[in-house]
Parts: sequence; C-alpha cells; structure tokens
Amino acid sequence: MNLTLKIWRQPNGSATGEMVTYPITDVSEDMSFLEMLDVLNERLTAEGEEPVAFDSDCREGICGMCGLMINGVAHGPEVTTTCQLHMRSFSDGDVVTIEPWRASGFPVLRDLAVDRSAFDRIIDAGGYVSVNTGAAPDAHATPVPKENAERAFDAATCISCGACVAACPNGSASLFLGAKITHLAELPQGQAERHTRVLNMVHQHDLEGFGGCTNIGECTAVCPKEIPQDVIATLNKDMRHALWNRV
Amino acid sequence: MSPQEKDPMATNENEAPHGTAMGTSSDPVGQAEELAPAEVANESPSQGAAAGVTAPVSTPAADRADHDDAAGYYTTGAPIADTKAPAGPVERRWTERVFNAKLVNPANRRRLSVIVVGTGLAGSSAAATLGEAGYHVDAFFYQDSPRRAHSIAAQGGINAAKNYKEDGDSIYRLFYDTVKGGDYRARESNVYRLAEVSANIIDQCVAQGVPFAREYGGLLDNRSFGGVQVSRTFYARGQTGQQLLIGAYQALERQVAAGTVKTHARHEMLELVVVDDGSGPRARGIVTRDMVTGEIETHLADAVVLASGGYGNVFFLSTNAMGCNVTAAWRAHRKGAHFANPCYTQIHPTCIPVSGEHQSKLTLMSESLRNDGRIWVPKNAEDCDKDPRDIPEEDRDYYLERIYPSFGNLVPRDIASRQAKNMCDEGRGVGPMVGDQRRGVYLDFAEAIERMGRSAVEAKYGNLFDMYARITGEDPYATPMRIYPAVHYTMGGLWVDYDLQSSIPGLFVAGEANFSDHGANRLGASALMQGLADGYFVLPNTIRDYLADGPFPKITDDDPEVRAARANVQERIDHFLSVNGSRSVDSFHRELGHIMWEYCGMERSAEGLRTAIEKIRALREEFWRDVRVLGTNDSLNQALERAGRVADFLELGELMCIDALHRRESCGGHFRAESQTPDGEALRDDENFAYVAAWEWGGETGEPILHKEDLVYESVEMKQRSYK
Ligand SMILES: Cc1cc2nc3c(=O)[nH]c(=O)nc-3n(C[C@H](O)[C@H](O)[C@H](O)COP(=O)(O)OP(=O)(O)OC[C@H]3O[C@@H](n4cnc5c(N)ncnc54)[C@H](O)[C@@H]3O)c2cc1C
Ligand code: SF4
Ligand code: FES
Repeated sequence: MNLTLKIWRQPNGSATGEMVTYPITDVSEDMSFLEMLDVLNERLTAEGEEPVAFDSDCREGICGMCGLMINGVAHGPEVTTTCQLHMRSFSDGDVVTIEPWRASGFPVLRDLAVDRSAFDRIIDAGGYVSVNTGAAPDAHATPVPKENAERAFDAATCISCGACVAACPNGSASLFLGAKITHLAELPQGQAERHTRVLNMVHQHDLEGFGGCTNIGECTAVCPKEIPQDVIATLNKDMRHALWNRV
Repeated sequence: MSPQEKDPMATNENEAPHGTAMGTSSDPVGQAEELAPAEVANESPSQGAAAGVTAPVSTPAADRADHDDAAGYYTTGAPIADTKAPAGPVERRWTERVFNAKLVNPANRRRLSVIVVGTGLAGSSAAATLGEAGYHVDAFFYQDSPRRAHSIAAQGGINAAKNYKEDGDSIYRLFYDTVKGGDYRARESNVYRLAEVSANIIDQCVAQGVPFAREYGGLLDNRSFGGVQVSRTFYARGQTGQQLLIGAYQALERQVAAGTVKTHARHEMLELVVVDDGSGPRARGIVTRDMVTGEIETHLADAVVLASGGYGNVFFLSTNAMGCNVTAAWRAHRKGAHFANPCYTQIHPTCIPVSGEHQSKLTLMSESLRNDGRIWVPKNAEDCDKDPRDIPEEDRDYYLERIYPSFGNLVPRDIASRQAKNMCDEGRGVGPMVGDQRRGVYLDFAEAIERMGRSAVEAKYGNLFDMYARITGEDPYATPMRIYPAVHYTMGGLWVDYDLQSSIPGLFVAGEANFSDHGANRLGASALMQGLADGYFVLPNTIRDYLADGPFPKITDDDPEVRAARANVQERIDHFLSVNGSRSVDSFHRELGHIMWEYCGMERSAEGLRTAIEKIRALREEFWRDVRVLGTNDSLNQALERAGRVADFLELGELMCIDALHRRESCGGHFRAESQTPDGEALRDDENFAYVAAWEWGGETGEPILHKEDLVYESVEMKQRSYK
C-alpha cells in the first residue's frame, strides 16, 4: 500500500519543530509500524536526509520504550504498543500523522523521542519496599491471598510507556501512579510504607508538572496493558487515608 | 506417564507472548507448558524409549586430536585457571570464599566508587546492593529508564532450589541438572554456588513485592516440566522477567533516592579505561557518550562492573531487544579481558518466521505448541506457494515424524531447529520468499482441533494463537501456523574467575555478559536466576575483597591512558560521521547477520566457517570504507549509535567463527557437522575439548590467542549424550 506520512521533525529539545510530509510506497501489511519507519529511514539515509529519531527497544510490547501519537491517538488505532501495531491496520491511500507524546512532563528530545525520566523520579519518591538485600525472611513466611496477588500483578504490568499521560487532556499521570500504588498496596510487604509512599509519590507527580485527574478515562482507553481505572480509585482512597492519618 | 513426561521436548520457559493474560487460571495447561524449562537438547528421561543412538561417529577422538581445523587463525597462549574458587568439597566453597573475602569497614565504603554498566537483572541488583552497602555507585544504561533493560522481556520463570513441593529437589539436584544441561562445559564451583544462592533470590524478590503466582492457600506456586522431575520454577504469569526487573529497579531507585546510586540514562559505554598506577593495570573507569547531547564523558572509579547483557544481535535478527549489543564487553576485550566460548549460542525452534526484508526482530512462541501441533512441509517444492489447506495429506511431509518415528514432533530443540533449516535449504520451506528462500515450516493444529475440539485448543493455546494472529494477520485456527528457529541467548561472554572478575583486575562481569554458569547450553528459567544471583549475592561479596585494597591512587581526566581512551572514542565517531559512504549501517548489520546465521548458526562446518571468516573480513573492510552515517555528534543520532555497535559485532563475528572452527566437537548449542552420530545427533569430545576457550585479543592485525581453562569434574560424572 501507499501512504502519506506527516511526521513531526524537531532537531533537538530547544529547537522549534514542524510537520513534514513523506509519501511512502510499497508498504507491506506484514510490517510493524516501526518497521515501516525503519524503511522510511533507510530511504531518507540514501537520499541524504537525516533519519527520523524514535525510541524502541524490545519491539515486543513489554519494555515501554516505544510510543507515538498516531493520527492523534497514543499508540495508534489498536489497543497495543506502537511496536506491536502492524500496517494491516491501515489502508492504501491513508494519511498518517505521527507525533511524539505531548505533555509538559515529557519534553521532546528530538523528532519523536521524548524524555520520560519524570516517571523514574516518581518511583524514587517511594515506589518501592524498603528492604535491603539479604534482609528478607523466607518467601513463605507471609502467605498472600491469591486475589490480592493477582490484583497486585495486574497493576504491576504497567510498562511505564506514558501513553496515559499523552492521552489525558490534563496531562495527568494518575493511571501510572495508581498502578504502582495499587501494586504495592495489595501486598503485605507494601503496608509499612503505604501512607508515606502515596503522599511522596503524589507530591513528586505534581512537581513534575503532570496535571490532576478528572476521571475522563482517556488513559484507560489507550493503555496497552489495560490497567483498569480502579487503580486511580485506590490511589485516591490511599491518599485520603494518608492525609487523615497525618492530621 | 507422569505429567512431567508429557513434555519431553526441549521446551524453554520464556516464550509466552506479552500482553496476553498468559497462564491465568483459565489456562492451566498452556501455562504449565509455557513455563517448561529448556531441557538440555540432548537429555530427557522420557526420550529414553526412542532413538538408540550413541554409536560413535566415524571420526574417533584420537584422530582429531592432532587435526586443528582452525590452524592459522589463532595462536595458543598459556593455559589459565580459576584461582579464586577454594579447593575442597563443592558445597563448602562459597561459604569459605565469603568468609575469606576481605571486609571493608562501613566508614570506608563511602570513599569507594563502583561503576555499573547495565541495569538489567544483573546490573540493577548489583547496583542496588552495592548502594545499600554504602559504596558510591554510578549506573549506566542506553535506554531512557533502568527498567527497560532487555531482562524485562523474559517471560516464563526463574528456577530456585526451594523444595517447597517436597518433591526431592535440592541444591545438589539443581546444580546437577545445570551442569548436565550445559553439556559438561560449565564450571562446577560456579554452578554449585548458583544453585546454593537461588533460594535467597526468591525470598528477596517476595520481600520487594514481586507478585509471583500463588496458590489458593496464599503460598507460592511452582511448576514442574519435561525432563526435570521437580517443581522449582517460580513465575509471574508470562511476565516473570518484567516483574523481577521491576523489583530490582525499585530497589535501585530507592538507592537513587538515598543518594548512594546515580543513574545515567541514555549513556552508552564506548570504552574501558585501564590505568597502571604502578601496581599493574586496573580497570578504573569508562568513557561514555551522552546519547542526547553527544558529549563524550569520562567516569572514573575504583572498580567497574559490566552487566551489559548478551550478544545475540550479532545475528541481526534475534529475539533480543533492538539495542542489545556487545560494545561494552568488546571494548573491554580489546583492553585485555578474555572472551570465553563466544561460539556458544542458543537457538529456539518455534519463533514466528521472517515476513520480509523489512524484518527487524523475531518473536518467540512457546515450544509447548509442539505437544499438539504437527510440523510439516510439502513433499514437492512446487507446492510451497499453495494454500496449505489445498495440499492433500499424501503430498505432505511430516518430516519429524518420518525421521524420528518415536519422538515425532517432540524431538529436542536443536534437532527440530536443524531439520527445519534442512527442509528450507532443500527448497521446501513455506511462507514468503525471504532472499532466495522460503524460511518457514508449518505447525498444523487441524488434527488437534478435530481430536480435542476447538475450545480445548483455545483453552490451552489461545493466547499464543492470538499473538500469532496479531503479528501475522493469519488465523491459526483456520490455516496452519508457520514457524522458524531464531537466535535467543548467548552462553559465551567475558571470562571471569569465581569472583566474577575478568582477566583485567578491577573489571567484574555479571549476568549474560559473562560466560560462567551455563556451559554450552542454558536451561530454561536459569538466566534470570543467574543474573540475580550475580547481582544480589555473588558480586557484592566478592568485589569487596578487591575494594578492600582501595581507594586506589587518584587518577584524573588528564592521565595519558584516560586521554587516549577518550581520543579513541572521539576518533571513531569522527570517522563514522566523515566517511559519507553509500551503505547504511543497517545494511551492513543485516549482511553480517546473514553470514552468521548461514555459517555459524544451527549447524557449523569447517568449510562454512572458513568461508564466513573471509566474508566477515571483507564486509568489515567495506564497512569502515563505505558506511553512511548522516548528521552530527551533538544530538540524538541513532545511526551513529548503531554504527559503533555494528563495528564491534563485525569483530566479534569473526572470533565466534574462529572459536566454532577450533572446537571440532558438538556440544550444547554448538553443532559441528563433523561431529555427529550416524543418526545426526550431537557428539561431544570430552577427551579433547573439556575446556573453556578463553580468547585474548591479538591486536589490530594479530590473531586471537587461545587460553584453555581445563574443566575438572569432581562432584558429577561426565556422561555422553544418550537416548537410552
Ligand atoms: C524473549 C526472551 C525471553 C526470555 N525468557 C527467559 C526466562 O523466562 N527465564 C530466563 O531465565 N531467561 C530468559 N531469557 C534470557 C534472559 O532474559 C536474559 O539472559 C537476561 O535477562 C539478561 O540479563 P542481564 O542483566 O545480563 O542483561 P540485560 O537485561 O540484557 O541488560 C543489559 C543492560 O546493559 C545496558 N547496556 C548494554 N550495552 C551497553 C553499553 N554499551 N553502554 C551502556 N549500557 C549498556 C542496557 O541498557 C541494559 O540496561 C529470555 C530472553 C529473551 C530474549
Ligand atoms: S498505565 Fe498504561 S499507559 Fe500508563 S504508563 Fe502504564 S502501561 Fe503505559
Ligand atoms: S519497543 Fe518495547 S514496548 Fe514497544
């Protein structure tokens, strides 16, 4: 198939960017979206134009490195990561706009690559259990009910891609944050620091310039790991308890 | 037949799809099988009934001793030995080493600094633990977050000798299985220690909040699999690597918050700094490139840890992440670190095949599919482009069932892989033409659907079928799937002693980047175990013995060795940016991958390897002369990043071929056409090759120098591969 790509080009973080149009021909429907961009980049290189910068690593939907706004939708038309999107989701003649995540918490580095280090700093603020290596009791010392273990697991599958932020009109990272809060809140190991964790992580979230959650739900619509919106309810509940305990 | 025996094939742990609820309770069978650990290709109790093939091959060992296929390609250096493992009974060695390793006073730790390259399971766990101990740690990785390291992609599970099932598992049994699994090419002391610390890993991960699968009683769930008669694999649905890495990452970030660890995202190590302060050469730092600004930075420390992962991407196409590379390890090799057993690579039979020249990476599917799927190709090459459903039964060649009537589709992994390649080489492959060949064979569930019913097949394999459908756009319930083998893991790596120290003092190597524990073949669910064993428990204990002699004399950016290292990096970058040749970096990488796959892949022969070496040399020369890298150094320049990696792969590829050429035996993942039984099974040659091949860099124009480390087995008896 033949497509018209409109791609955001921006030489570096401080430069201004623009949409540039690239027609592309003979796209096979078996290609992944990123392989289609690889092919474009090979052509640009041959023509002497610098290739388009975009992030990816595992190309299996698990590392969270990839992430593009495709026709205005984070990760494009299917509920999956950008790297797992295939060209058979498009048709001959389509115009496809490709932009980076847009959020004040995620500054653009170049073209389609953004800086998501804010997510790491939110984890630094308390997204862990404080246990030193070697200090752990036997793994069977504390049984965990299967339902809790499973809910913890479901929340812990977040790949930290940032699509939820990119999709949110408020630029909120509440789904990401709620996923981590829920993961640790469901486990006995996470209880000791439960209140300080939520206070510190929410504080850091706000410092990074992410907006507040107004329950619009755009985040869950694009989340490739289908993190449920109820993790935000857990986040809010824990926040209320923590504030209550503090006063 | 016991449940374990139902799955006699060499099933690996790690190929469940992502993004699907792999192994939820609605999918008990698929889950169990998806988690099945890789049995060493050559041994599985239930295979006993089959092929009685142990007759020696035509070339007896004695004839081969004086016949060196690789003569002229390398020189031989002095033998080496691991001097750090205490002598004495294997089960006491680690305790003794931990006890004898010098201690560092907590007050002194703050004055000692360690660089850790890589934040996969090995690097994150090492950096976090060293930070907790109070050392000053700097951690480097090429992704934008430590949590994105390739370990995140591991799926199936992690082994540990917990014996929670009271089924007779023990440290000794895990040790024994791993040595045997490695085809008697791993060190006893290391493997024993791995088994010994394995139980602590699970405790640590649970304490961190890793959500392992649990039973209804709230205790941890385990699986048992073909060949291995015990339940010792812990798992978190099909995302074990992800959950373990998030645990280690969170421990790491906790130390970032505590100020003991500093992370350096998007920083690629491009050179090792080795400085002689009068007491002999020591690893004292690294040169990195800030991948966003292009700045070339020097980072100096008292010791350097490489946990930079494996080198499977030398094949271009593999199941590894796009950025996996050998650069960190290779630059260290060029500075004097020996590279051990580079030819030991692991290939998986059931991956989704290449769909065209645009293919950028390969995806694994669970080998458990072979339990119910039937593998075939058309009898006649003319039928290869037909709709498979239109090919009548009598025109199909169920070649595994034909050649191995007892095992059928459940032959060990290496055989399944090799035979698939043979069929395609004969011109009977299926699927799209890729280059001059169709590279795929059918895996057909039509009969299974008829026998078990569609819903049973769906319950067992639904998630795999969905993944297949998403990637290929074909409906595997209606038309047979296509599969093909792919490179998956590299057992070779930098040589280390029992302390995980390389042949350069002060340079330690952990995880897939070292060679130490898996011999010639890795068992499923054991790479995660090794990465975390190294990082949490081994390295922090051994590195202190080295650091106790520090802090080492202060060096600065202006030291001649430091300046030279930085200049070298700058020179390479300047070169890449100025060649302005006619071919892209990827086109070279792809071509190298083709050469490696063709000649140094599933089956290797002396003639093929010599051809490969010539081709690689020519390609390398062309690369330096004709590569095209546009843009500048002072910004995110992904072609420039790849150019550096491909340059190093082009050197590693040659060493892999030389290693494969000199090792005229078949063992584990290394199959030499010249060393097989009359039935086509791998034939080891313990008399001549029971050693680790540790290669020393021979200089720009010199040949690599082989140092042999003899493998001595005191606690297990070496056994020849047997199907009896
Ligand atoms: C698809 C797949 C599934 C698997 N499943 C399993 C499984 O179920 N069980 C199992 O036991 N094993 C499994 N394995 C194998 C296992 O995942 C790996 O061997 C293991 O995770 C490697 O961990 P590591 O810490 O050594 O390196 P990696 O996780 O590869 O990390 C390497 C790190 O080094 C950094 N790095 C690399 N080069 C540089 C450089 N030049 N400069 C700076 N930083 C650098 C990277 O940024 C990264 O942080 C699987 C492998 C694959 C491919
Ligand atoms: S919650 Fe979903 S969309 Fe947000 S970072 Fe995690 S995986 Fe991505
Ligand atoms: S590249 Fe890893 S999730 Fe897309």
